[in-house]
This record gives sequence, C-alpha cells and structure tokens, in this order.
Amino acid sequence: MAMMPALERDLNNMSEYYESGKTKDASWRESQLKGLRSFIMEKQDHIMNALMQDLGKHQLEAFRDEIGTLIKTLNLALKSLKDWMSGKKAKLPQIALLTSAEIVPEPLGLVLIISSWNFPFGLSLEPLIGAVAAGNVAVLKPSELSPACSSLLASGIATYLDNNAIKVVQGGPEETQQLLQQRWDKIFFTGSARVGRIVMSAAVKHLTPVTLELGGKCPAVVDSLSSSWDIGTTVKRIIVGKFGTCAGQACISIDYVLVEKGYCSKLVELMKVWIKKMYGDNPQRSKTIARIVNKHHFSRLKSLLDDKMVKQSVVYGGSMDEENLFIEPTILVNPPLEAAIMSEEIFGPLLPIITVEKIEESIKFINCRPKPLAIYAFTKNQTLQRRMISETSSGSVTFNDAILQYAADSLPFGGVGESGFGMYHGKFSFDTFSHQKAVVRRSFLTDFWYRYPPWTLNKLQLLEVSYNYDYLGLLLVLLGLKRPSKRLISDHI
Amino acid sequence: MSTTLDSHETTSPVEEEQRAFDAEAASLLVKKLREAFASGKTRGYGWRVSQLKALAKLVDDQEQQIVDALGNDIAKPPLETVAYEIAMLKNSCRVALKELKHWMTPEKVKTSIATFPSSAEIVSEPLGVVLIISAWNYPFLLSLDPVIGAIAAGNTVVLKPSEIAPATSSLMAKLLGDYMDNSCIRVVEGAVDETSALLQQKWDKIFYTGNGRVARVVMAAAAKHLTPVVLELGGKSPAVVDSNINLKVATRRIIAGKWCCNNGQACISPDYIITTKDHAPKLVDALKTELETFYGKNPLESKDLSRIVNSNHFARLTKLLDDDKVSGKIVYGGEKDESKLKISPTVLLDVPRDSLIMSEEIFGPLLPILTVDKLEESFDVINSGPKPLAAYIFTNNKKLKEQFVGTISAGGLVINDTTLHLAVHTLPFGGVGESGVGSYHGKFSFDAFSHKKAVLYRSFLGDAPVRYPPYTTTKLRLLKALIGGGILGIIRAVFGWS
Repeated sequence: MAMMPALERDLNNMSEYYESGKTKDASWRESQLKGLRSFIMEKQDHIMNALMQDLGKHQLEAFRDEIGTLIKTLNLALKSLKDWMSGKKAKLPQIALLTSAEIVPEPLGLVLIISSWNFPFGLSLEPLIGAVAAGNVAVLKPSELSPACSSLLASGIATYLDNNAIKVVQGGPEETQQLLQQRWDKIFFTGSARVGRIVMSAAVKHLTPVTLELGGKCPAVVDSLSSSWDIGTTVKRIIVGKFGTCAGQACISIDYVLVEKGYCSKLVELMKVWIKKMYGDNPQRSKTIARIVNKHHFSRLKSLLDDKMVKQSVVYGGSMDEENLFIEPTILVNPPLEAAIMSEEIFGPLLPIITVEKIEESIKFINCRPKPLAIYAFTKNQTLQRRMISETSSGSVTFNDAILQYAADSLPFGGVGESGFGMYHGKFSFDTFSHQKAVVRRSFLTDFWYRYPPWTLNKLQLLEVSYNYDYLGLLLVLLGLKRPSKRLISDHI
Repeated sequence: MSTTLDSHETTSPVEEEQRAFDAEAASLLVKKLREAFASGKTRGYGWRVSQLKALAKLVDDQEQQIVDALGNDIAKPPLETVAYEIAMLKNSCRVALKELKHWMTPEKVKTSIATFPSSAEIVSEPLGVVLIISAWNYPFLLSLDPVIGAIAAGNTVVLKPSEIAPATSSLMAKLLGDYMDNSCIRVVEGAVDETSALLQQKWDKIFYTGNGRVARVVMAAAAKHLTPVVLELGGKSPAVVDSNINLKVATRRIIAGKWCCNNGQACISPDYIITTKDHAPKLVDALKTELETFYGKNPLESKDLSRIVNSNHFARLTKLLDDDKVSGKIVYGGEKDESKLKISPTVLLDVPRDSLIMSEEIFGPLLPILTVDKLEESFDVINSGPKPLAAYIFTNNKKLKEQFVGTISAGGLVINDTTLHLAVHTLPFGGVGESGVGSYHGKFSFDAFSHKKAVLYRSFLGDAPVRYPPYTTTKLRLLKALIGGGILGIIRAVFGWS
C-alpha cells in the first residue's frame, strides 16, 4: 500500500492546518465558497463536457440538476453564512440568576466526503459546501465511474480552493478502503446500502459520526385524475422524473408507478404520446437522454428484462444498444412482483407500472417494502395526501411532481431506514458538519449555602417545607439557579 | 434473566424465569413491538400523553422505592436521588407534556423560486422500534429520560437498564411493567448475553449511554442494519481554574460537580483541574477547607457520599492511586475502606501527564491537579487529548473566557460553574469526538427519536416548459437566467436578448 504514508502525511498536514484555526474564520469560509462559485461559473463548459463524456448527459440536464442547483446553494450559503455561524441563545428556565446559555456551532475537524457517479458534481460539491461553510477541512473522494468529472473536480478544486484544507483523492475501491482506515471527524457518504454498511462499519473504530445518503425504490402513486391538464402535467413530470434525470439513474428517480387498474391504459397511452413529443421517434438520436454509465450496469439492466414474464410485460420501448450503452424509455405493466425488477432498485430507464384495485392500496404496497428515499403522489385528493404522509415512511414526500424536492433549500434531504440517515441541503448541510456546543455562563455573585452538604435533616426539612415538593424548584435551588423564599433565609439566620 | 412477557402467554412463572433471553427471544420481542407500532397506536397524541403522564405518576408514587433502590445499588444520598434523578425526570415529563403538541405539529417552511409555486413542511414522524441501553451511575435518569423522548416521538421502546445497578434495574422492570403500556414499552434485564441478543436485532434507532469500548460494539451492530445511533459517552472533563476569582465559591462549585455528583461517578464531573503553579497551593487549601466543611473530618463515615459501585471499580480506582508516578502527590484524603467500597474525597497535586490517573476517565472521587506556568497553556493540554463531554473554566478574565469558548471543543462548556448545563432543557446534551454522537434533553430528545420528513406540495399549474425536452438553446438560456440572472436576466432570456 504505497499510498498510505503519503496519505497519512497529507491528512496530518490538513489536521495541523485545521488546528491553526484558519478555517474557523468567516473570511476564509467565504473565500472558499466564492472560489467554488467561480469554479462552477467559469468552468461551466468544461463541466458540461465532462458530464457529456461520462454520462451522455445533455447540457440542459447538467445545468438544471447540477450546475444551476450548485450556484443556487452557493448564493444561499454566502448570504446566510454569518447567520449560520452565530450562536443561538437558549431560553433558560425560570429566573436563572445571572446565567446565560447559548448553542455555539463549531466545525468537527477533518471530514471525508464520498460521492457518487450519477451526479458527480452535485453530490460532491453540495456536501463540500456544507463542510466548508461549517469551517472544516475536507477530503473529497469522487466516484471512479465518472472519470472525466472526477478529474475535473480534482483540478478545479486544486485551482480554485485552498489546497491546505481541501483535497481530492481519486481512485477506486482500494483507495476508498485506505481512506476509510484513517481517522475522520465525520464521514458523509452517498451511494448504495451495501457500501453504506462498509462505511459505517469502518467508522466504528473512531466512533466517527456518519451521514448515509442511500437509495431505494421510490414509488409514484398516480390517482385517477379527471382533468386532462392535470394528467398531462403528471405524465410530463413522471417522464422527466424517470427518463429525463440521468436516464433513471438517480437515487430519487421514480422507480415504479402505482395506478388503479381502470386508469392504467389511459396513463400508458398518454405516456407514449408525451415520450414521443419530448424525445421524438428515435429517442437515442435526440441525444437528450443520458446513457447508462458502464457495461456492468448495462448488463444488470438488460438482465432485468431476461425474465420471460418480465419481457412479456413490456408495453413500450425495450430496445437496447450495448455498444453505445443506450436503453430507450421502456414501460412495463404488471411485471411479476417477485422478479428482480420489482425487488431491487432499478436505477435505469425501465418503468414498471403496477395496478391496484383502489389507489388507497398503494399505501400497503409501499409499506411492505423498505423505506425509500422519496415517495411521489400525483393526486388532488386531500384525504389521500394526508394518509400518504401519516401512513407511509420515506425520506421525503412530494405531491404532484418529482425530483424537484432536491432544489428546496428549506427542506432536509435525507433518508430513513434502508434509504439512510442524516440530512443536508441549505442550513442542514452546515449543521451536518457542525457540532452544536452548549455554553453556559455563570457569575460568582449568586451562591447559597443549601446547595452543599452536609445534608442535615434540618436542611432537607427546610427545603421540603419551603418547596412543597416542588421538585423543579428544589433542583434549581440546589444548582444555585434560584433564590429560596425569604422565609427560608430568615429561618436560618 | 426474564423479560416482562404478556400476561396472556401461557407459561408458568418458573418456566419464564428459566427461559434465557436469547436471540430468538429478542427477535420475537422486536416482532411484537413492530406489530404494535404498525397498528398505529403510538402515533396519536392521546397515547403519548397517557404514557408520559403514567411515567410522571410512576416517579411521583414510587419516590421512596427509587431512593431505596439507589441507596442499595450505590449508597446514593437521598437528596442526590431526589434532586438529580427524580426532579430531573419530573421536569423532563413536564416539559414534554407541555410542549408535545407543538413538537408534533409539522413545521411550515418557506419555499423559493426554485420550486415555485409550492408549499412545504417538515413532518416529524417516529422511527419505529427503538432500543435504549442505559448506565449504572444515574440508572433511573439515564434510562427514563431517553424513554421520555422515545415515547414523545411516538415510538415503541425496549429499555435495557444496567446490570451493575441491579436493585434499580429490577425496580424499573417492575414499575414500567405496572405503569406503562406493555404492548409498546418493555424492559429487558440482563448483562452481556442479553445485550448481545438485543443488538443482533434490527432497530430503528439505538440510544446508548456508557463507555467508548461498548459504544463501538453497539455501533458495529447498528452498522449491519444501517441503524442510526446516539452515543452518550464520557471523557476527562477538565476544570481550568484562574487566579483573581472568588475562590471559595469556585471551590464549592467544583466540589458540587465532583463529589456531590455520585462521588465523582458522573460523566460530566470535573475529572481533573488545571491551574497555575502559583495558584495551586491556594486552590488546594480552599479545597481542603471546603471538603472538611462538607464532609467532616471522617468523610468515609459521611452519609452524603455515594460509595463506589462495585469491587471492579474499587480495584480500578485503587490502582490509579497505587501508581508509582502519583505516590507522594496525594495532598488530601486517600483513605479507603474496601469492605464498604468507600474511597474518601482525594486531591492529588502536580500529577505527571503520563500517569495512569491522567490517561483514563477517573469516574471516582479522585481529583488530580495539573499545574502549568501560564494558564493559556491549559488549552493546549486539553486539546491534546480526546474531546471530553464537558469542560469548565473559572475566571473573571473576559479574553480568557472567549478564548476558552472559541478553542475548546467539548460536548458542553460551563464558565464559572460545573455540570449545570445538564439541567437546561433548551440546551442539547451530548458529546463530540470520543465523548459521543448525537444529543438529547428537551426537544432534542424528541428530535433524536424522530425522522424529519420533508413534504413538498406542488400545484399542477405554473409549469415551466424549460424543464422538459426537447431541450432548446432558448430553454437553456432561460434556465440560466432563472437561477442566477435576476429579473432583468429573466426578461432578457425570455425575449432572447442574452
């Protein structure tokens, strides 16, 4: 492991730099955020090219989903930084004599961010923005499955940011393993549940807190909408939420759809119409759908359709171009539920539609499966909306749209159960890389004899009488946070 | 060791006693609790309130039993039990009951142009079935305080109290069995075997209070199921003492935080002191004076001091005193009575940094004093070790106070006192680094056992065609303008001028 000594040396240097206190300064944090913003704005074309190279991602998707959202986040972070950094006063119980209490956020120290290949810039830099805003030093490990992006990140960060504090380590599983052996103050991981377990197990050695952003099968429940405008909009949003976001290779992609039996054919027909409108007769030629990231995932997706019953359920699309790693938008109706396509996260442009007798049955269907990162429901029925929120569990719930919750800074983005734990975006990013330190300040002036032993019967009786079994009062008196009644003092004298 | 089983199960008490709590039993228990959770009964405000009230009543009715159990387990002075376990629990119940409606209400949040038009809220939902493993030093408080949070948040709970405080453990098993909803809240007593059986199961959250070694076992077990954890651990909480302060008051507060808290067996007791070489003699004198006032000339006889919990810990503490490196450093106390498991308040002066007593959390009535030339050096001393759960400073120097707050990383800090941040429910109580992960108390307890679910409501109207293919250059221009261009940029893009 030739890398180890060099890595350890680098990390030691970073820790020392952190100890110097430089990264705690607001001005340093601001300079790094501005540096990131300059990187993204000045190198936009390079970023778009890298995404096209690694994923065949169209410029508009690149801007909409990564570049644009990062600029939005950076603007918010720069605007809010002072506010986020300031301590928050904590309310004190009763008359806590000459005492003040506040919560002071402080950086955790040296943090590790492991990101994924499908949104290589977004999933690397959104956490990094939080880490830097919170005053940490950070190592970023982008995914080797998106090599052009990974290398652009490495050169961009080296050019635009403080190299003493932020480093990029490129490589594959071996490099990740070496990184996981080191001592971190926080690990932020985006990826699969399988690797999530490995990361958390490695974190045990140093009791390192982790955030795990995983995935799951995100369902879209489609109610039998009567208005043609509503169903048309629904279909458009489903198509974008599936095929139009990295060809379904997103942790919050719509994985499958649930719809009432009677409404299914209408839904399918409309989907076919709109797919044609958006992508033309030959979607591959439109060059607006991302391709599958590599042969391994292509084969995985291909094999999902190997099952005879699954193949028979395909009602649209299904053609695959192995050489160009392209799979066209594909719709299936009621593939067998035990098939792999309905038990694993699909992460590709295959959309199963599962029919139910009544739409409310979707709730039970979803609850039989691991908790997903997102649940989508297209409905105007407020009762159904309320039931979806209170009877299912997921990272998030979005009504009448998909994917968009990713762009909402005021909403925490994270999973629950198998889809992960911890959250980020907006201020949640800052908080996830901070320790909320409680600080209490006292004066010497207020101190009372009955706080201290010896606990004589006399003292106990006096206290009991005075406080009438007011336990809180008793506690506060003992801690010297409250004066006793005047009667008590005069009795003693 | 037995569990509290449903009364409708047809097993004789003898059979129950003999049945070991193994992985199969643990699995069955979790299954039952999952079913109870799935039934939805813990979700409603009514159930949660009823359980919190039952807990408050339990603590009220059984005060004497609790005092006796703690007297049994650790000879804890009744006033300490009443003040620090019972009073704090009652306050936690009170706060939870008062605030629960507010905590349960979804939080509306503002939305931006990025998702316009939309509305959004954050909904707190229970995680499901949670495991709480507690400690022996404040066995009541450290078991039931997290339980309050778990119940308030709507979860079903298994509590595993510490076997090192057996009287309290069995009292809690009995009382929770009598007062609480047994279909949703259970106690499993036992030691390593039972804890291991529990840890093999899939929980939605594990809340552990204890030491770093077992915390690693807990976290490793949690990793298998991707279970989030809260780890409330400890460390060496330092107290830095400056000169030019009200030394008498400072000393009394140090004593209050050390020996009045379970005889130093508390995670936030001041573990050791750092002061200047010049000031040390004064501090030692002050400590001697106040300690004698508090505990008399024969502290081993004093009823106002907890004993050492068991012979293991007694031996451990004895070893710290027997260390060659600290012989001759004892300036006060040092008396022991092994038969009664008592050690008197002991102060050591000028202990070497590499002595045993300075290398592990003391968790006992021994107070080493480290001396430095200038007080600022104390910050380096503290920062050179693992981050503690708490850190204290006694000073009137404003600059020093701010430096302390700015450079010392610990779970919580107190200036000019010790330990009282524990009682402020609006402050998060938890560690950082080796002293732990996560926090609780007040609303932080509710949050610790909740999932914050993001909910976004979108309308079918107000759709921006820029989102959808076919992707044209106009759309790209417009999108760029929408994100960063401001209103002029948008107008320009719409008209194709940029």
